[in-house]
Amino acid sequence: MRNSRALHIYTWVVVAWLTLPVAVMIAFGFNDTPGRYNQTWEGFTLKWYGRVFGIDALTEALLVSLVIAIITAVVAGALGTGIGYALGRYRFRGSGTVNLILFAAMSAPELVMGASLLTLFVSMGVGLGVTTISVAHIMFSISFVSVVVRARVLTLDRSLEEAAADLGATGWTTFWRVTFPLILPAVGSGMMLAFALSIDDFVVTNFTAGTTVTFPLWIWGATRVGLPPQVNVMGTLIFAVGVLIAVLSGVRSRPRRRRG
Amino acid sequence: MNSLHSSGQLWRGMTQRRLGRRDALRMGGLASFSAFLAACGVKGQGNPGASAPAPDAVAKFWEGKTATKHVDVASWPLYMDPKQPELKAFTSETGITVNYQEVIQEMGPWFAKVQPQLAAKQPIGFDIQIITNGVQFKQFKDSGFLAPLDLAKLPNYAKNAGPAYKNEAFDPGNVYSVPWTSGITGIAYDPAKTGREITKLADLWDPKFKGKVGMFSDTQELANFGLLVLGIDPGKSTPDDWKKAADKLKEQKSQGILRNYYDQSYIDALGKGEVWITQAWSGDVFQKNVSEGKNFKFIIPEEGGTIWTDNFSIPITAPNAVSALTLIDYFYRPEVATDVAAYINYVTPVPATQELMKQKAAAATGDDKKTLTAVAESPLVFPTEADYAKLHYYRNFATPAEYQDFQRVFEPVVLG
Amino acid sequence: MSRLRRNLAPYLLVLPGGLWLLLFFAVPMITMLSLSLQQGDIVNGYAFTGHWQTYVDAIGNYRTQLFRSLLYGAIATIALIVLAFPVAYWIAFYGGRRKATYLFLLLLPFFVSFVLRTISWRQILTDEGPVLGPLKDIGLLGDSFHVLGTPFAVIAGLVYNFLPFMVLPVYVALERIDPRVIEAARDLYADPATAFRKVILPLALPGVFAGVLMTFVPASSDYVNSAVLGSSSTTMIGQVIQAQYLATADYPTASALSFVLMAVLLIGVFTYARALGTEDVMKVAAR
Repeated sequence: MRNSRALHIYTWVVVAWLTLPVAVMIAFGFNDTPGRYNQTWEGFTLKWYGRVFGIDALTEALLVSLVIAIITAVVAGALGTGIGYALGRYRFRGSGTVNLILFAAMSAPELVMGASLLTLFVSMGVGLGVTTISVAHIMFSISFVSVVVRARVLTLDRSLEEAAADLGATGWTTFWRVTFPLILPAVGSGMMLAFALSIDDFVVTNFTAGTTVTFPLWIWGATRVGLPPQVNVMGTLIFAVGVLIAVLSGVRSRPRRRRG
Repeated sequence: MNSLHSSGQLWRGMTQRRLGRRDALRMGGLASFSAFLAACGVKGQGNPGASAPAPDAVAKFWEGKTATKHVDVASWPLYMDPKQPELKAFTSETGITVNYQEVIQEMGPWFAKVQPQLAAKQPIGFDIQIITNGVQFKQFKDSGFLAPLDLAKLPNYAKNAGPAYKNEAFDPGNVYSVPWTSGITGIAYDPAKTGREITKLADLWDPKFKGKVGMFSDTQELANFGLLVLGIDPGKSTPDDWKKAADKLKEQKSQGILRNYYDQSYIDALGKGEVWITQAWSGDVFQKNVSEGKNFKFIIPEEGGTIWTDNFSIPITAPNAVSALTLIDYFYRPEVATDVAAYINYVTPVPATQELMKQKAAAATGDDKKTLTAVAESPLVFPTEADYAKLHYYRNFATPAEYQDFQRVFEPVVLG
Repeated sequence: MSRLRRNLAPYLLVLPGGLWLLLFFAVPMITMLSLSLQQGDIVNGYAFTGHWQTYVDAIGNYRTQLFRSLLYGAIATIALIVLAFPVAYWIAFYGGRRKATYLFLLLLPFFVSFVLRTISWRQILTDEGPVLGPLKDIGLLGDSFHVLGTPFAVIAGLVYNFLPFMVLPVYVALERIDPRVIEAARDLYADPATAFRKVILPLALPGVFAGVLMTFVPASSDYVNSAVLGSSSTTMIGQVIQAQYLATADYPTASALSFVLMAVLLIGVFTYARALGTEDVMKVAAR
């Protein structure tokens, strides 16, 4: 038991270590720094929250990121659900290859994916921008959505679908009225995962962006002369929204899990 | 597309397992694979033989282009008062709105970033880009990415630009560019940390500053200092000299004297105390001192420094090219040029500013008077003949191959 | 008709996403291979010449960085196992009803952008920052002492950023262990250390393997940590590749290096995954 006490303390030390940079980021969003350079603590203020959209380029970068993340979530959600459903429901020739490609796409270094896409785009003479970033983000998100959906389809209770069929529903109706609602939570979390992967991505985006600037790219560029407090504020807000969504969906899904 | 078709064959060739035909298919697959590999290629835009544009290029480019109400400008950090007073005045006078972005941190990455878009004949989101006269300037020019300027639409430039700026070696006759400002590459340091005056390049190799020395990651900037410290003129250097300079620079790194190679971020590193002494651009330190109450110093080393010019240029795909010219010309008004120079502390291409600045200083009071007088007398904004004698220009590379050789010597230094 | 449809159904479902992956994941690998064998320059274009020498030169010039990256990746991975195992162990066996809460706390920082988190470390560890500044002021550390720019800073950054990818799979593996097995082990071996070594550790190994897979590849191909927290003496291969593509536009060298990196990592991963089965990894990745 003494051991478990030590481990308990250790776990909290690790949690503290993980949280420290986030705490610093949040704190410096309240720093009463006179100008753009936000390095030392000058006192508490809320003024940056009032001026969170005070830097046009930063706001625009955030909007670009949001647009790309939404496109990614929708398209990768649809394409990934298709693959995940097929893998979970059917046995078919070539499913091994599909699995292999999904695995490769998830384990390939991001750097290589970004770089190889850049070679594709320059070889084809395609200019870079929002389209190429979205193409790239959808590409690396598909596998994650597929895997999430497949896991859900595999554990699906088929008797419900059989019951629907017995009651005379066509395959199509059964799918939309019975199966789809059942896998919808998985599709939702897959899309949320795709959204999160997209909005946070730096490496692949850096290769496929050209002059388009996303939120992480703007931050990267701005570190050259010092990050303005607005970045901390936006980081804090994104953090808060993410945590809120996670907590809410956790609370919502808990009773269901207990039943299952 | 043919190559896609053949890659389909390739996949079949690689996946089918039927014995008899397998070998044949594999051969076919291999053949089409190599065909596909060879079919890929990156089309160049180059037209190196014709560096000078056709005589009717200017008329052809500007034909049918009309004034628009907006201009997007790509510039460098620390190149304008963040409140942008000059741009506000411009907008209220002309009704043209200006979106001014400090997106360029280093020339290499900027060229690599816009190249795919320009090669695909797409707008890069900017109508004006401020680019340095180094290697990438030539790459921009040789790729045909720069619009030939209609000098007739730049009356202020014609009237006010200094004669030296009207005939620079990298763009004789200002066919593709007019200067925004010049600057000097020298040494910036924090006297409180170094504990002594810094005067020479050799100080960048002083073991006393172990782990506290910064250099530029731009290969040309870096190589220039490596050559100058050995007493070699960069403009006349040979490949053998490059290797010697590279060795000297590697020594700085292997002995742990060097902290890091920086792009524009060197100024942040200096501000944070990460470096005490660093290769630097002349105006930045002044602005850093003003905005953060620091006391950094900038010097031109005894062995010499380099002088470069950052230039307005218009990408060939710019949608607002006409208004871009209007804005460029606006910066050649002596009053505007004076305000800009007084803030950014870089060498202005408009000589009339020195007189104007002195007048302004005389009329001002208190701190303003002190700053303006200092700027009007600063050798960094108005270098004297003696200063120019210590300054070297960037090396002009005769061929892409020569530049590639140069890169292959210095690139491993930076990335080593 | 209906049977035909049913037979076709999986293919129709896989087709759009599969095509996307083919076009934007598989084909780019081929264009990259092609580009690595081309010659030319960015102004005049690159053309295929089958120039293998680029590989020889690239590896010759940048082998230090390649080995350094694999070394940093390996050290970070080992550090991750050592740091993450006790956490996963404690949560799995002593977390009780609050298991989910603890896991959530561990994941909390990852709601902040990767780049921003790493930059935040830079702010904390900077030479005259909140940690080192006071220590220097009271004379405990020399004036030129620094953490940033050292291999330690880079590896610590890697460990920090990839910790959840190690904790989660190990946790999943440990959580699956039936408590009765442990009880039985305790009865048989009496000595808890032996019970741990002979029962818990072998059962946890698949989780550790999955964790290694999920951390070693991104850690050794990372360039953000070294760029933000490192210096010119910690340059990793990712930075070299990034700079060759996005600063010098020396596409052949960059492509050759990417290919070498990918080959080294992917061959490793696939042999590793073949030996252990990909299912576990996929399951963990899905969480």
